[in-house]
Amino acid sequence: MTSNPAKAVQPKSFAFTAENLARAQKIIARYPQGRQASAVLPLLDLAQRQAGGWLPLAAMDHVAGILEMASIRVYEVATFYSMFNLEPVGRYLVQVCTTTPCWLCGSEAVAKACEDTLGIRFGETTPDGLFTLKEVECLGACVNAPMVQINDDYYEDLDADRVRAVLQALKAGTKPKPGSQTGRQTSAPAGAPTTLTAAKGAGGS
Amino acid sequence: MLRDSDRVFTNLYGQADWRLNAARARGDWDGTKDLIAKGRDWMVEQVKASGLRGRGGAGFPTGLKWSFMPKQPTGRPHYLVVNADEGEPGTCKDRDILRHDPHKFLEGCLLASFAMGAGTCYIYIRGEFYAEASNMQVAIDEAYAAGLIGKNACGSGFDCDIHLHRGAGAYICGEEMALIESLEGKKGQPRLKPPFPAAMGLYGCPTTVNNVETIAVVPAILRRGGAWFAGIGRPKNSGTKIFCISGHVNKPCNVEEEMGIPMRELIDRHAGGVRGGWDNLQAVIPGGSSVPVLPKSICDTVLMDFDALRDVQSGLGTAAVIVMDKSNDIVRAIARLSKFYKHESCGQCTPCREGTGWMWRVMERLVRGDARIDEIDALEEVTRQVEGHTICALGDAAAWPIQGLIRHFRPELERRIHARAAAGAAHAAE
Repeated sequence: MTSNPAKAVQPKSFAFTAENLARAQKIIARYPQGRQASAVLPLLDLAQRQAGGWLPLAAMDHVAGILEMASIRVYEVATFYSMFNLEPVGRYLVQVCTTTPCWLCGSEAVAKACEDTLGIRFGETTPDGLFTLKEVECLGACVNAPMVQINDDYYEDLDADRVRAVLQALKAGTKPKPGSQTGRQTSAPAGAPTTLTAAKGAGGS
Repeated sequence: MLRDSDRVFTNLYGQADWRLNAARARGDWDGTKDLIAKGRDWMVEQVKASGLRGRGGAGFPTGLKWSFMPKQPTGRPHYLVVNADEGEPGTCKDRDILRHDPHKFLEGCLLASFAMGAGTCYIYIRGEFYAEASNMQVAIDEAYAAGLIGKNACGSGFDCDIHLHRGAGAYICGEEMALIESLEGKKGQPRLKPPFPAAMGLYGCPTTVNNVETIAVVPAILRRGGAWFAGIGRPKNSGTKIFCISGHVNKPCNVEEEMGIPMRELIDRHAGGVRGGWDNLQAVIPGGSSVPVLPKSICDTVLMDFDALRDVQSGLGTAAVIVMDKSNDIVRAIARLSKFYKHESCGQCTPCREGTGWMWRVMERLVRGDARIDEIDALEEVTRQVEGHTICALGDAAAWPIQGLIRHFRPELERRIHARAAAGAAHAAE
């Protein structure tokens, strides 16, 4: 979490687009009458996406207005959860998991490859505004460690070379395929399957 | 080894399509109406008979938990809240259910909601699981369109809405009371219990919070009978379980296996064995980052279930098996977990807020041997002061890995302290 809104240049105003406002209304309808505050996380996420990957104060105030919450309650929420960025971030937010399961499998080398390839350290943004690099805690893909999350996508089974290739591709304007970068089937053991061997093709395929 | 015919999660790896038609071909949403027709009491009895214990880490008997919900209408809505905030380091099993078997899971949500008289179910999924949330939302939309959920779900006469709710990055929201607070639109800070959620949960209404895997095995239990599930594994430790095997193994993977499978067999059969062979094993954290680490001597024979792992002063937790070979720096591995808990403490209770930071700083010094021998005892004492003295179990979770390290690897901690002292003395003598 970047937690210093004072450092950011704050836009004067923010309002949902008509399309996002319709989305917001649909989200609010999931919760009982009078419990619209429940929608604060999804609406802040929507606002962050519209604002280009970070949450200006004006966006928090806008969400507070829609949900009839005191602004301070929304600030409290926005500063508590790690996915809300309170300062601008690059077009690609690269989040490197370094918790023990990833660390055991070489997240240090992955982190270093990210720093070297992008020329920045954790917490920094490249001068061209393309990449922000961040160290994060467990992202829940531990059998595909080490991994990084870039915007909404998980890139898994990495090493220094593979993460470099992912970043170079993004730099070149292409989007590498998310998931395992060694080509194995999601969380299955590499190579021959150890389960469901008798029932080949079972499962509706 | 679990027979393929006993597997619940036949699309664990996403080998096949996860959408409605393919899920139906695999047997999901088959005769759901008839299961509902057998009634609420029958369902709770079957789940009790299955011996199912919660798959989120604590292992509380699921049927018993369900029976805490008020039987008679209270005039207030009842809620089922499913905890899909998977975040315990080492754990990535619910992710596979959410992205590859969403319909199996949704059917479980409907059946469990019926069993507890809950007309609304919220699935709280961690915010980072964007692709998984997308699949879930498509599955929910498909199920509504097919009349499987919503008004008169499956033609049963039961009305049940199921909604997806995305979190925004906070490990603590995996704690049920913090999750409820978060779902109400607040910071995820746990509430004191009692009152328990079955009496006063979401919006002050009767609520049950269950893990994704717990709910996802319910349709299979109801179709095949509680006795079938109870016949797999050991008494009080029954059923199938998804294990996540990470770290220093040749082929890290998720796999559904029988509860009580020997740890060594689990690792050798499915994860390609320990890197460098079994004799190269140093230690295993058997149930996610919160449970105490076990040295090889225990791993040689221990069984993977709740009671067997409790008997060796550890736990099954989420069944996330983190394997470490002899090349590993065990002190650093545990110190990194201390940093994790310091980062994730919500800050509400003093022993946890202050204790997690204090323990992490001492652990960092122990990595370098920059400590006195008696500080090991002081650290152990502080873990006891944090454990059990906080509103939720995060304090315990921060204490246990350190206790396990001191219990089994104290000689290594002392060796580092002596080595550093000797190096310092040699330097001074020069």
